[in-house]
Amino acid sequence: MRDSHLSMERVSLSFGAVEVLRDFSLEVGEGEFVAVVGPSGCGKTTLLNLFSGFTRPSAGLVRCNGRIRMVFQHDGLFPWRTVAENISMGLREVRDVQERARQLKEMLALIGLEGFGEHYPHQLSGGMRQRVELARALAGETDILLLDEPFSALDYLTRLRLRKELARMLRERPRTVVLVTHDTEEAAQLADRVIVLSERPAHIRCELTLGLERPRDATNPQVVEAVHRILTELGLEHDPENVLV
Amino acid sequence: MREERLPGSTRLLPLAVLVAALLLWSALSSFRVFPESLFPSPQSVARGFWEEIRTGRLFNDMVASLFRVTSGFLLAVFLGTPLGLWLGYRARARAALLPALNFFRNLSPLAWIPFAILWFGIGDVPAIFLIFMASFFPVVLATMAAYASIPSVYFRVAENYGFRNRALLLEVTLPAIMPEVITALRVTAGLSWLVVVAAEMIAGRDGLGFAIWDARNGLRMDLLVVGMIVIGLIGVFIDRLLVQLTRIPSVRWGYER
Repeated sequence: MRDSHLSMERVSLSFGAVEVLRDFSLEVGEGEFVAVVGPSGCGKTTLLNLFSGFTRPSAGLVRCNGRIRMVFQHDGLFPWRTVAENISMGLREVRDVQERARQLKEMLALIGLEGFGEHYPHQLSGGMRQRVELARALAGETDILLLDEPFSALDYLTRLRLRKELARMLRERPRTVVLVTHDTEEAAQLADRVIVLSERPAHIRCELTLGLERPRDATNPQVVEAVHRILTELGLEHDPENVLV
Repeated sequence: MREERLPGSTRLLPLAVLVAALLLWSALSSFRVFPESLFPSPQSVARGFWEEIRTGRLFNDMVASLFRVTSGFLLAVFLGTPLGLWLGYRARARAALLPALNFFRNLSPLAWIPFAILWFGIGDVPAIFLIFMASFFPVVLATMAAYASIPSVYFRVAENYGFRNRALLLEVTLPAIMPEVITALRVTAGLSWLVVVAAEMIAGRDGLGFAIWDARNGLRMDLLVVGMIVIGLIGVFIDRLLVQLTRIPSVRWGYER
C-alpha cells in the first residue's frame, strides 16, 4: 500500500439526459476506509466505476494512485475455478511457486475455509462465496479495494459475521477502501468516514468521521449514534434535539 | 440437469422393455401378420448380423461412416468456434453476417446433396462436406450466443487481476462459454450422425447409409434392419461419449443451477 490515494475534483457525469454527478469532489487518503451511503439510484456505484476507470467523467478529474481491485454486488468469482484457483488469481504476480502456495494457505486460513480449496463456488453457500471474494481481493499486492455492496445478498447474521471478518482481515492487510452500501449500520461499523449522498445529481449531504479503532461492534454506542445521525440526514429518523420548525 | 436417484431395480426397466419389444416382434413375424419379405423375423436379422460381421462389411461401413462424421464435425468445430467467438466480439461483423448465418442454419443440409455430388463426386468428400454444412452454422451461432451471455462482471474482474490477450482468452472467455458449447456440440454431433446416413444413401459407395440403401435395392430386409439397429446404437453411443464432457469438474457449474 505505497502512497495510495484516490481523489475526485469537480467531477460531473451524465448518462444521456440523466445527470448523475455535478461538481462532485471527494478525497480518500492512504489506508483510509470510506463508506458511501445514500438513496438507491443516486450514483453510489458510479463513484466506484469512476475510481476504477471503468467510467470516464464528462468533466473534472479523477486521480487514482495504486493498484485497484473491486468486489462486486453479484457473483464475481469465476465458477470454473476452484476456491484455491480463484484466490490464486490475486497471487498471479507472486513468481515463486512455494511462496504462492504459502500465501494461498494463509488466505484460506484467514477466511476459515481450510479444506474447501478444491471446492467450486457453486458448491458453497452465499456467505462462503463472499468470503472467497474478499480473500481473492486481499491476496497478494494491491493497494485499493472498491467494495460495491459486497454483503447485500446475504442474510443479516451472515452479514454481521462478514463485517467482523473484513475488519479483521484489513487489520492484517491494511488497504485503502471505498465501500458503497445502503446499509447504514454496516457503514458506521466499518468505516473511518461515512459520506452521505443526496438524490441525483448526487452531492455530499454530510460527512461523519468516526474516531474509533477498527474493528468495532455494531452495538458500540458511537456506532449506534452514527447510524442515528445518518438516518436523520436521510430523513428517515427524527432528531429531537434539532427539531426543524 | 438434475439427476434423480432411483432404486437399482429401475435400471432393469429398459431391459424389460427391450425383451417385450423382441417378443412382440417375434410374435408378429411368426403369426405372419405381414409378409416375410416386408417384415423380417428376429432370427433372420440375427443371421444377417452374423453374415455382415463375418464378411467384414459391417465393420467397414461403420469405419467409413464414423470417419466422415468425425472429419466433418471436427472441421466444423475447429472453424466454427473461432468464428463464433469473433462474431461475439465484433458487433459490426455480427450485424453483417447474422442474417446469412441464420439462413444457412435453417436450410436443410440435405438440400446441398445435388451440389455435393456435382462438385465432389461420390465417396468421402461429399459426405464430409454435407456434415460440415450441417454442423458449422449451429456451432458458430451457439458459440456466438454463449460469448454474448458471458456476464460483463467477469471481464471487469479479469481486468482487475491482469488477464490480458492470451490469458483472457484461455482462462476467462473459453471456460466461460464451455458449458454452452458442450451442449451445442452434443446437439450438432447428433445432427451430423443423421446427415451422414442420408448423404451416404445418395452419394456413397460404402458406409452405413449406403448399406441400408443397398439392402433395400437387393430386397434384403434383414440387412436393412441390421443397418438401422447399428445406426441407432452408434448415435446413442456418440451422445453418451459427449455427455462425458459435461462431467469435467470445471464445467459442472454450467449444468448445476
